[in-house]
Amino acid sequence: MKRRGMKFRKSLNWIIKAYSIFFVILAVALISWILYTVFDFGLPALSWSFFVEPTKPYGIENGGIANALLGTLFITAGAVIISVPPGILGGIYLSEFDKDSKLSNFIRFSANVMMGVPSILCGLFVYALVVYNTKQFSGMAGSLALAIIMFPVILRTSEDMLQMVPDSLRESALALGTPRWLTIFSIVCRSAKGGLLTGVLLAVARVGGETAPLLFTALWSDDWPFHFFSEPTSNLTVTINEYATNSPFEIMQTRAWGAALIICVAILSLNIFCRTAFNYKKGN
Amino acid sequence: MATLKKQLINPEKFDKVFKSLCAGSALLVSLLMAGLFIQLVYYALPAIRTFGFKFLISSEWDPVNNIYGALPAISGTLLTTAIALIIAVPISFIVAMYLVESASPKLSTPISFALDLLAAVPSIIYGMWGLFIFVPFMQKFFKSLFGIDYSGFGFLTGGIILAFMILPFICAIMRDVFKLVPSVTKEAAFGAGSTHWEVSYDISMKYGAKGLLGAVFLGLGRAVGETMAVLFVIGNVQNVPKSLFGRGTTIAATLANNFSEAEGILKSSLFELGLILLVMSLGVQVLGQLWLNRVSRQMGEK
Amino acid sequence: MQKMLKAGIAVTIAVSSFASIAKSINGAGASFPAPVYRVWTYNYKQAKKVKVNYQSVGSGAGINQIKSKTVDFGASDKPLKKAELDKFGLVQFPMLMGGVVVVANIPGIKNNQLKLDGLTLAKIFSGEIRRWNHPTIVSMNLGTEIPAMPINVVHRSDGSGTTWIFTNYLCKVSPNWEKTIGCGKSVKWTAGYGGQKNPGVANNVKKLSGAIGYVEYTYAVEAKLNTIQLKNKAGKFVKPDIKSFQSAGASADWENAPGYYMVLTNKAGAKSWPITGVTYILMYKKQKNAAEAKSLLKYFDWCYKQGASVAEKLKYVPIPKSVIAMVEKSWGKEITVNGKKVWQP
Repeated sequence: MKRRGMKFRKSLNWIIKAYSIFFVILAVALISWILYTVFDFGLPALSWSFFVEPTKPYGIENGGIANALLGTLFITAGAVIISVPPGILGGIYLSEFDKDSKLSNFIRFSANVMMGVPSILCGLFVYALVVYNTKQFSGMAGSLALAIIMFPVILRTSEDMLQMVPDSLRESALALGTPRWLTIFSIVCRSAKGGLLTGVLLAVARVGGETAPLLFTALWSDDWPFHFFSEPTSNLTVTINEYATNSPFEIMQTRAWGAALIICVAILSLNIFCRTAFNYKKGN
Repeated sequence: MATLKKQLINPEKFDKVFKSLCAGSALLVSLLMAGLFIQLVYYALPAIRTFGFKFLISSEWDPVNNIYGALPAISGTLLTTAIALIIAVPISFIVAMYLVESASPKLSTPISFALDLLAAVPSIIYGMWGLFIFVPFMQKFFKSLFGIDYSGFGFLTGGIILAFMILPFICAIMRDVFKLVPSVTKEAAFGAGSTHWEVSYDISMKYGAKGLLGAVFLGLGRAVGETMAVLFVIGNVQNVPKSLFGRGTTIAATLANNFSEAEGILKSSLFELGLILLVMSLGVQVLGQLWLNRVSRQMGEK
Repeated sequence: MQKMLKAGIAVTIAVSSFASIAKSINGAGASFPAPVYRVWTYNYKQAKKVKVNYQSVGSGAGINQIKSKTVDFGASDKPLKKAELDKFGLVQFPMLMGGVVVVANIPGIKNNQLKLDGLTLAKIFSGEIRRWNHPTIVSMNLGTEIPAMPINVVHRSDGSGTTWIFTNYLCKVSPNWEKTIGCGKSVKWTAGYGGQKNPGVANNVKKLSGAIGYVEYTYAVEAKLNTIQLKNKAGKFVKPDIKSFQSAGASADWENAPGYYMVLTNKAGAKSWPITGVTYILMYKKQKNAAEAKSLLKYFDWCYKQGASVAEKLKYVPIPKSVIAMVEKSWGKEITVNGKKVWQP
């Protein structure tokens, strides 16, 4: 350490502390500002009919977002079904079978790169691959685009969670003659259950607010999302984009804020649930 | 004897099959990365052949005559990302440090909670908030305090909103890194007479350099590719940045604006832009890994 | 792995396509007529229980999608020329007429108070005239107090049929514009701010003091923006409204327009609005399924006849009955399934 005078060091410490408090207040003020706006503009839109009625064009009364809610649910569920099995299996590979080798390091590197890929490129990828070749936009294509974003996240978090399971558990199971795969499933995965779930939920929270990948795959519609595989499927984020940017009509913009409020609350709750559930697991 | 043989053979085979299944799943991520890269190159080839290297340094964007250049988009991306990092990294560092080192649990829990909330806000809401609230605010702010005629749309606003977006991520990771510094090390430093700040700077930061850098790179990655938040406020003109208050575009914004309408050489140029973006992300990752390896070696880990 | 995935997806989609009972109609394209099209799809579903899905993604996207067959019909403000229609086997017909208006946000200036002519408009949008109190503008508006402030030009950031109509007009009235910038769905804007789609431009104009932009008329009305009077070809200053759009459309010679290609900018007529446009529907001549083709044409027929009142309420001009008759006759002639004609006019 450099030799500095006591006075200098003490005042530097005090200045930094003041700065910290200032910036912390700034950060909290910021978040309050944004949340306040969302609540302020979004709350007026919320009503029973908002949750129950489907989206309607400008000029028609009683528009809601029920179909968009359902659509987002379907699309996200689809994304989970596509991305979770390979994600967890891949995580198992990296943590159980191949901890440190050129191959596994390359896989980790690829996962890191994929996690940083802008979501719009994932949307383009699925558009060129699926939408263009099957000649239709669909909720399924949207799920695929979201799954591509979720997959590397689940891969890495699964690996991290599984790694934390102590080797003694594995060794005792193997010593008893349990085959490798059974060890992994019923011993290792089971004890990392909470962590794995957290990884999946965090990935879901990550894609819950994504718009760009759905713009080129699922588009949106005023219809109920029951032709998920073959038609543009309504969803919350693209609907918000439509209402906020494709409509100078105030009533539509209010609906956009209302939908934004719902997404905010949903993702927030998911995050809080993960944090508390995971913390509980950790403490255990 | 036969049943025993069956019991011995099947689990082994199954284990092998299982292992291959897992390996295949893991490899999938590399395949995806390769596939994305190949697809972008394939569709970008016509533009690459037409414009060549000039594409990277040309700021011409003429849809009527089909001449395109990537310079406005690339420089816009770089500028907004730089602004975002310059603002977000120091603030995240100080806030994370404060939360772990100095704050009482009564204070740090709600603040951490607030940061988590900020991270959970979807990007389109940042865009909407930016457009409806922040842009007029910036306009008034600069007019009343500095007398500058700033419309509120532009690189500065875009960079600041990006900073808001990546701040909670970087901060959350930095906070986790600081938490992992063993108290023994810190207490030893306190015992030697260090102030709070010196402990944070000289001990915690150096100990957690790996993780801290990881946080910065994560923020960088998100900032480079962010579409919706920037799209609403950056002005959307194909201009090379000449001032912070100017309007321009980023690669992601250009893609979002033009892709659905595009055909022919424009579409190919957009794919080339996407390729450039992917290479940037890749570059960030590679730099990050190399730096981290160097730091680990310095600290004697490897 | 990816090939398997691709095959799996194709199979799933194929299977579920069989599973869907009443096939809905999918269309995409221009945002210019979107307010009307959306209400039409909604009302049609209520009346006839057939679902029509319209995505307002822009004229260019609409043309792209019908060309790549990802939708059943495309909508575009920019008409395709006969050669291009024939190359892709498309048929094109006009659905609505409307006006592109110039909106401005100048403190102190009221709706339809400011007067401009085409050449000045071109100079403003190219950045040649940068301040509102420029002598050219002042001389056209003697008696109106114009503040000394910079002009903030707002244009489209995405490719757009509305831009095509607007720049088409500017090319006609300004040789300089035609030479340096040109006409297209997207052009080399040299000044200003880009807004996404019509509402993006409307929002930006609302937020920027001293802003000027161009939007479809409905958006100006509903966003409560002030419009500007323009000098038309006959030398008269006109206000944008349904009457001035109708006047521009009245002189159109539909009989002699191949593929109904018609551009209504800068038309003659004392009352005509100089930036009027027609918006078109594109569909394939050779349809695959007779029932679906009939369903599609029935929808358009309904739009022409029952949809006219909605169009007028939203300040668009419906296509005149004589033209409708012409269009439906060409449906009868040109649209076939396996060589057999589908429509009985």
